[in-house]
Amino acid sequence: MSGDRPARSWASFPPHVISEIHRAADQGLYYIRGSGAWRSVPSFDDLVFLGASVSRYPLEGYRERCDTDVTIGARFASKPVELRIPITIAGMSFGALSANAKQALGLGASAMGTSTTTGDGGMTMEEREASQTLVYQVLPSRYGMDPDHLRLADAIEVVVGQGAKPGGGGMLLGQKVTERVAGMRTLPAGIDQRSACRHPDWTGPDDLTIKIQELREITNWEKPVYVKVGATRTQYDVALAVKAGADAVVVDGMQGGTAATQEVFIEDVGIPTLPAVRLAVDALKELGVHRQVQLIVSGGIRTGADVAKALALGADAVSIGMAALMALNCNAPLYLEDYEALGTRPGACNLCQTGRCPVGVTTQDPVLEARLDPEEGGRRVRNYLSTLTMECQTLARACGKSHVHNLEPEDLVALTVEAAAMARVPLAGTDWIPGRP
Amino acid sequence: MTPETIDLDAAGVRALNRRLQGRDGPVAGGRFLVTNAKGRHALAVGLTESMDVRIRGHVGYYCAGMNREADVTVEGNAGTGVAENLMSGTVRVTGDTSQSAGASGRGGLLVIEGSASARCGITMKGIDIVVGGSIGHMSAFMAQAGRLVVCGDAGAYLGDSIYEAEIFVRGGVESLGADCVEKDMDERAADELQALLERAGVAADASGFRRYGSARQLYNFRVDNAAAY
Repeated sequence: MSGDRPARSWASFPPHVISEIHRAADQGLYYIRGSGAWRSVPSFDDLVFLGASVSRYPLEGYRERCDTDVTIGARFASKPVELRIPITIAGMSFGALSANAKQALGLGASAMGTSTTTGDGGMTMEEREASQTLVYQVLPSRYGMDPDHLRLADAIEVVVGQGAKPGGGGMLLGQKVTERVAGMRTLPAGIDQRSACRHPDWTGPDDLTIKIQELREITNWEKPVYVKVGATRTQYDVALAVKAGADAVVVDGMQGGTAATQEVFIEDVGIPTLPAVRLAVDALKELGVHRQVQLIVSGGIRTGADVAKALALGADAVSIGMAALMALNCNAPLYLEDYEALGTRPGACNLCQTGRCPVGVTTQDPVLEARLDPEEGGRRVRNYLSTLTMECQTLARACGKSHVHNLEPEDLVALTVEAAAMARVPLAGTDWIPGRP
Repeated sequence: MTPETIDLDAAGVRALNRRLQGRDGPVAGGRFLVTNAKGRHALAVGLTESMDVRIRGHVGYYCAGMNREADVTVEGNAGTGVAENLMSGTVRVTGDTSQSAGASGRGGLLVIEGSASARCGITMKGIDIVVGGSIGHMSAFMAQAGRLVVCGDAGAYLGDSIYEAEIFVRGGVESLGADCVEKDMDERAADELQALLERAGVAADASGFRRYGSARQLYNFRVDNAAAY
């Protein structure tokens, strides 16, 4: 008997699983792709704010101040970073991104008084010139690592891991390794560029302490040193980063993006950003350095509400990657034939690794890159950051806060039991926090 | 010219590096003697000008890291990451070194008169490293460019995942890493090796070395190489 009733959906083998089995059987290798986890995980969407009413009073939206500035790195650095907004641009490499995309991010961030971050492969001068405040990443691969660039930077970020692949290295596939990218990384053009998962000259927190000392000595103890970790054993990792001497800790949840990583890594390693914030704040409070060592949270930050919720849970700032690329038209319904040629569509494209980005963001192809005008891209990034900031301020004022950092967990409730447990705020309409007596 | 002496017991690491980085006055062409190293970390790092620095005693981690132009000599042993990310100039260690010597170095010359531990020349990117003794396991891992010369023996997994760097070993090799193979010692390689040995002040004949490099089989990701990943 068949065809006389609707097909039942197969819970264990939904279409994307069947498709992946077919692909694996065909190719015999794991699947590498860009972007972050696409699975549904507890997130900031599962929290809502308790706006003021009778028991608390709000601030007037257009008349009363709600400040957004943040200082990062005053613990040890003599020249800490001063940002006008608590939203920064995450590390993304030239190579993974086009030069125009890097320049646009710098222009947009600078217009809003915030920072951008280099990535694997080092610093380009276009990026330095476009970015008023630039954070220089020290990565395991050390591709393009240059002490002159270290000195040119405004802050240093030692990357231990990232949310998309905690414990893993990277892979920039050969189609994106052009002569310029290869030259910056001291590699032949056109070959797959592997990035190591561990630093070549240190392992563990005791070594990291000395590594940070060296970086400070080279830069005259002027620059803030951040330590970036992918969210896993967050409470321990943050504590060890603080112990190692970090001025700031960046915690990247599993929704955080990547240019190219094994899909099994992206979807099955790490914890979501939501619980990671709380665990990080626990570590900072336990050590008595909350607000002294700044916490920057990334991974799936998309809206001003996400920003406000991260800050309310104790972050000092957030960092955005994928969302900033979307501001540059990533996944926009443009050049539809090129999406089709890749076998995808706007809204579902995660094929950064191919280098065939239809909108010129994650490509090294000069024709595709020309589709992204840096000035126009910078304007879009500025607009997006401005929107996030205004949304965050709106929510903070509604909770009666004159600075976005005055938001607190007590301003939030959860819509699901899972989110209540992870964020440690009450389930909406109750005073119940799972796990609390 | 009498060298300027910096006693680390009195001055400390911060003052040493400030002085050698030229933050407290001109340093180009200068000579410096550093005493009482006592295993301190991050000595003579981030130098940018031509000068001669002699460090008396054993040093800790990252000595001479990220230097340009300067010539640094360590009269003793060196800890982890000596001359890491060296850009140019020379670093000479009269004793032995710990792991990751010359890691990610992009230029210049590192001479280790004794032996080096594991991961010597890891991710090297153009530096030349000459080791008078032997080296430990996983040396020249992911080595991209430059030359690693070993007058003694090499430990296991030499040159694993190597790119375009060249390795020369006079003694035995416990094992080669993935994608690392022995190559012909042609005339060009022999001449260049001999010149490098002479520059390093090592009395050795290039003809006694064997040459290793990349088979270039892992340069592009494909199923045939799955076992190597």
